[in-house]
Amino acid sequence: MPKSESRESHAFRMSRRKMMKGVAAVMGALALPEKDASAVVWESFFQKHFRELKPEEMQKVLARLEKEYSGQFRKAVKVRATPPREGVLYGYGLDLSRCIGCRRCVYACVGENNQSRNPQIHYIRVLQLEKERGVDLEEAEHYYNPKTVPEKGHFYMPVQCHQCESPPCTKVCPVQATWKERDGIVVVDYNWCIGCRYCMAACPYGARHFNWKKPGLPEGEMNPETHYLGNRPRPIGVVEKCTYCIQRVRNTPGRYTACVEICPVGARKFGNLLDPESEIRYVIENKRVFILKEDLNTRPKFYYFYAT
Amino acid sequence: MKKIWEFFKGTLVLVSKGSKAYYTWMFSLLVLMAIGAATYAHQLSNGLIVTAMRDQVSWGFYISNFTFLVGVAAAAVLLVIPAYVYKWKPIKEIAVLGEMLAVSAMVMCLLFVTVDIGRPDRFWHLFPKIGLLNFPQSLLAWDVVVLNTYLVLNLVIAVYICYKHYNREEPNPNFFNPMILFSIPAAVSIHTVTAFLYNGLAARPFWNASILAPRFLASAFCSGPAFMIMLFQVIRKYTRIEIKNEAIFKVAELIAYSMFINLFLLGAEVFKEFYSNTIHVAPMQYLFFGLKGHSNLVPYIWTAMIFNVTAFLLFLIPQTRENFVTLNIGCVLIFIGVYIEKGMGLVVPGLVPDVLGEIYEYAPTGTELLLSLGIWATGLFVYTLLLRVAIPILTHEFYVGDDGLKPVIVDTEFIRRSGTLAPSHKD
Repeated sequence: MPKSESRESHAFRMSRRKMMKGVAAVMGALALPEKDASAVVWESFFQKHFRELKPEEMQKVLARLEKEYSGQFRKAVKVRATPPREGVLYGYGLDLSRCIGCRRCVYACVGENNQSRNPQIHYIRVLQLEKERGVDLEEAEHYYNPKTVPEKGHFYMPVQCHQCESPPCTKVCPVQATWKERDGIVVVDYNWCIGCRYCMAACPYGARHFNWKKPGLPEGEMNPETHYLGNRPRPIGVVEKCTYCIQRVRNTPGRYTACVEICPVGARKFGNLLDPESEIRYVIENKRVFILKEDLNTRPKFYYFYAT
Repeated sequence: MKKIWEFFKGTLVLVSKGSKAYYTWMFSLLVLMAIGAATYAHQLSNGLIVTAMRDQVSWGFYISNFTFLVGVAAAAVLLVIPAYVYKWKPIKEIAVLGEMLAVSAMVMCLLFVTVDIGRPDRFWHLFPKIGLLNFPQSLLAWDVVVLNTYLVLNLVIAVYICYKHYNREEPNPNFFNPMILFSIPAAVSIHTVTAFLYNGLAARPFWNASILAPRFLASAFCSGPAFMIMLFQVIRKYTRIEIKNEAIFKVAELIAYSMFINLFLLGAEVFKEFYSNTIHVAPMQYLFFGLKGHSNLVPYIWTAMIFNVTAFLLFLIPQTRENFVTLNIGCVLIFIGVYIEKGMGLVVPGLVPDVLGEIYEYAPTGTELLLSLGIWATGLFVYTLLLRVAIPILTHEFYVGDDGLKPVIVDTEFIRRSGTLAPSHKD
């Protein structure tokens, strides 16, 4: 839900800034021995919520982050804040009859989205299920590890963020650090999240992940094409999640998500739910589709289907 | 203003004076607090990876302690109700002791939340206006509001009553009666909101049961008063405050009734889950009997069950209720029993198995235990400081002198057997 602009008057902003400056002086004096570093640290400490940034403030923030990441990863890192496209609502289809459980999507996602390698953070969890039991999560095998997949008598069900229409995770956030964008993508402001992990308790799909330690992201593997709300490097102590590769899908021309692109069997479909000609609409209208945990009324935009 | 300053200086003198027992106690707490602080520094520099929490079980020992202590804070004040209803003497003393316990428990609650969050440096995001408090959508935002209100409310009442006494004036009933009355629904509200925080999550069937909030209240009515009973005995033994047996036994009786309600509600919950035997039984199965060979919590919950039932019987039978040996055994059993049941026994099974059916067995690490110990020590330290000032005021051993400015301090022997205390200066 967008915040009304009138929430804070100009006068209030001024007094708030003054107060924050005072606090900054004290905190800075206590915590920061190096003078040069401190300016950047202050700026990031007192950065406003993403949706409260004015265009010029946004530019400053993006520039600051680009500089910071470029220095850290020793390459030119781009941080964009591309807004949603008009008339687009993203939807995802996953063909359970095709998926072979190879987990290529898992690792393509890690590479594209700059997740921590140590400890490992995966946005996609592929569950191995028994054909005889059907979708029975209690019996799912998360850590299957045979020489070759698929294994006889089993099928595979990848689970990632379902980008719910009524997301239980955003509702519970005490500081509005996570929200649903106009194009249906649920995002996190990593600079605003306080790391309370209430959203993780609220998510019925295990889609949210926490940076329990400083993310281990090797320079060489870092993807420098980033989005503020997506795959830019994450700080310690905040929650992150799948954003349908926001840095790719919002570009013009848009690109498929990394998981769709890598899938060797074409089990993954992605497109605009508002476009009657899109592939995802075709799937929904012509295939046997179901959503996970329908009874929770989260209305996912992630549809499982059987094409064959 | 000068008078308040003199009062404040007096309190500083007061807290720095006491018997050997007092110094030993405070020094031990300081040592534990220092260990806790060092552990927190370790956690801050390495991240929450030093805990046993992971994505599957994203809340653990810290939040368990938090949940339990909200109950203690609520119940300490709820004791004011029977104090009024049964006209116990000394009502005022009981109210002040209860409110100060609430303050200390709240301090611990806030500390437990602080050490649990990933970015404590961004705490200001929670302030309305300066940050972006998600009120009224997020129950955690509600919790921030009610917990802080409750903390301030109790602090104000307790300080007001004490300050009035110190000045040898009667507290203005038009001011403090409404405040005390308001603190009762406030106590109920902190516990209800904390229960709703879990209750509202449809993703977690173990918490998503309407019986949760009533169960919270019932169990809080057991643990908080059990602590108070033990405290009353210590206080009347080591200070000049006299608390009648009658009051203590009545509290024990009330605990018995609350424990009955608590066990009944738990039974209702257990019946529903196991008889209907849907997939939602898994967390309860895990808690009570273990699931697929994972049974870390089983010994704990059965310990809690045995403790709670035993304490219930001890408090129900008048002979054991009015015998101080069995009474105190009962108090200890109930405190531990509820600590397990409303702490780890509530938080962890809510997250096991996780939403995709994975079982991650959580057991707190040394870091979590030491840090928690430090916070408990901090709470007790705060409570002792508050009592150190409040008790001499209530026993007329710390009051404003005849010049209406300088404080008079008679009590320099805090924590000493009341029989061996110097003669009273009661006027």
